[in-house]
Amino acid sequence: MKLGKIFRTAWEGLMLNKVRSFLTTLGVIIGVASVIVMLAVSAGAEAAIADQINALGANLIIVSPMRGVPGASRTLLLDDAYAIAEQVVGITGISAEQNPAPQNIRAGGVTLESIALVGTTADFPSVRDYAVAEGRYFTADEDERKAKLVVLGAGIAADLFGEESALGQTITVGTTKLTVIGVMEPKGIVSDVDYDGRIYLPINLVLQKYMPSSMLRTASVRTIYLKAESQEQIPSIIAQTTALLAERHDVDAAKPDFTVQTQQDIIATQEATTAAFRDLLAWVAGVSLLVGGIGIMNIMLVSVTERTREIGLRMALGARPANVLTQFLIEAVILSLAGGLIGVIVGVGGSYLFGSLGTMRTEIVPLSIPLAFGAAAAVGIFFGYYPATQAAKLDPIEALRRE
Amino acid sequence: MSDYLIEITGMKKVYGEGEAAVYALDGVDVQVARGEFVAIMGPSGSGKSTLMNIVGCLDRPTEGKYVLDGRDVSQMSKNELAKVRNEKLGFIFQSFNLLPRLSALANVMLPMLYTAEDVSDEEAEARAIAALTSVGLEKRLHHRPNQLSGGQQQRVAIARALVNHPPLILADEPTGNLDSKSSVEIMDILHNLHKSGVTIVMVTHEPDIAAHAERIICVKDGRILSDGRDGHSPCLDHKVLAG
Ligand SMILES: Nc1ncnc2c1ncn2[C@@H]1O[C@H](COP(=O)(O)OP(=O)(O)OP(=O)(O)O)[C@@H](O)[C@H]1O
Ligand SMILES: [Mg+2]
Repeated sequence: MKLGKIFRTAWEGLMLNKVRSFLTTLGVIIGVASVIVMLAVSAGAEAAIADQINALGANLIIVSPMRGVPGASRTLLLDDAYAIAEQVVGITGISAEQNPAPQNIRAGGVTLESIALVGTTADFPSVRDYAVAEGRYFTADEDERKAKLVVLGAGIAADLFGEESALGQTITVGTTKLTVIGVMEPKGIVSDVDYDGRIYLPINLVLQKYMPSSMLRTASVRTIYLKAESQEQIPSIIAQTTALLAERHDVDAAKPDFTVQTQQDIIATQEATTAAFRDLLAWVAGVSLLVGGIGIMNIMLVSVTERTREIGLRMALGARPANVLTQFLIEAVILSLAGGLIGVIVGVGGSYLFGSLGTMRTEIVPLSIPLAFGAAAAVGIFFGYYPATQAAKLDPIEALRRE
Repeated sequence: MSDYLIEITGMKKVYGEGEAAVYALDGVDVQVARGEFVAIMGPSGSGKSTLMNIVGCLDRPTEGKYVLDGRDVSQMSKNELAKVRNEKLGFIFQSFNLLPRLSALANVMLPMLYTAEDVSDEEAEARAIAALTSVGLEKRLHHRPNQLSGGQQQRVAIARALVNHPPLILADEPTGNLDSKSSVEIMDILHNLHKSGVTIVMVTHEPDIAAHAERIICVKDGRILSDGRDGHSPCLDHKVLAG
């Protein structure tokens, strides 16, 4: 008996009860869809982490004000950054950053509305692994002098000047005229930040011109990035920085008003949220496949009972026990594979849906599709085997006598 | 090759054990020559169906030997028996046993699913159409069983029994569920089959159906009471039939 004929016979058997066959596959559908979404969430989380590293640069230590502590957002000062640069051993550079309110910028006839400004220190390109493509970045000296200079993100440069060189041009940012001295390399949108759509200014200039005056008095910064000489230095740098800032802020190092984190720390907290979701999906997938498998087994047992006479007849006509076994096994496998197919469609759709909700990123893993199909087929074979052996074991005379 | 298609010696079939043992067959010896048309008669519970099941390789005897077409089948494995049923036997049941969801054509094609050599779809269809034509159903190929009369359904079943060209046709009360007009049609078909050289063994309760056969074997209590070709049989006597 050829496989094609076995499939046709099995298919005819299933089409006897279309609705029942479909309902039977629901468990497999949910299970397979969960597997695909789960792997897409994992892959999305990994991609987000890779992006994070790409966005911030390697071997980075991030100092920020403690979140949730009243007034703490103003306690991290530019002077803290200078103190760290001077006193902490093992760093190659620091980049203090501040983000004022967006401004309108104008050059010639072109006006761009509500553009993000970033005030940085001179080490920004090297600390953040983000190079200047054209021209140069400002120097520490220019920063200190509050020189009216600006470096443009690649997108802004294109929007303002098109093909023309931006270098040496004057642009108006808010109400202040600044000279363009450089254009950053294109970087795109990473971790929700559009690097190409921002402009980069000396932090001292930003603090003076673009921050509310209460901020100016304290010269606070949003984040200080430290670049370690090597991975090994990181623990020591964290300890030194924590001690130094605790002393400067006059707080207990065990209860600081700031945080000193590595990328690994940030990644770990992000991972914790996706991991919880992923684990939940793994459970859903496992339980659904199990329940789906039991559903298939149950329906196949019912089907064997209902079709006892048919089995007896087939045996009388010359079907060997193995023929009957294969027929019912294939029916179970077709059920589970049909569930697998629908599950893949639902899973891929669901992955896009979860991704578009914005809370987490999803990336469909191509390998998850054959994997999910494999899981579905395995469920069909495993749970279909017992009913199929029950069918094959039937005695033709008794089977034929059954009403 | 032996002249006998069926050679049964010392056959016993026992159900249950010890005190409760039922001897459905209690020492049966019978030979059927190629091309014979045999009717088996006997009261209810006498062992006719038991004998037919063993002759049909659906069951194995407890004791005794059964040689079918020159081969001893009494000790064959399930798979070997399946092959014998497929190649050497055609069954006609009292209740037709057609698959309700399949057309007449598909029902008749069923035995060719299980042949040792693979039969192509085209050939299987051609053979099934030929078999249905031989029973006069060439206009009913795509009807389902519930769209056919009882007599037509039984003709489909006969076509199914013939499609693999077996040397032996077994019919257990083939007209048991049919009116007299349909019964006559069915018997005509069996009669023509017999004339074409097919061996037929048929169980029946009805004397006028048995009259179509050349030989009547009368069974009672698991034994052969009489076996004759003269058209007379104790089983034609209603007292015997009543048990
Ligand atoms: N599977 C079984 N288990 C136990 N006893 C059985 C079984 N099959 C048949 N018998 C017994 O064997 C005897 C012969 O039964 P069988 O079916 O061969 O009779 P029959 O001649 O075909 O009767 P009928 O004319 O009613 O069809 C009966 O006494 C029956 O009860
Ligand atoms: Mg009977």
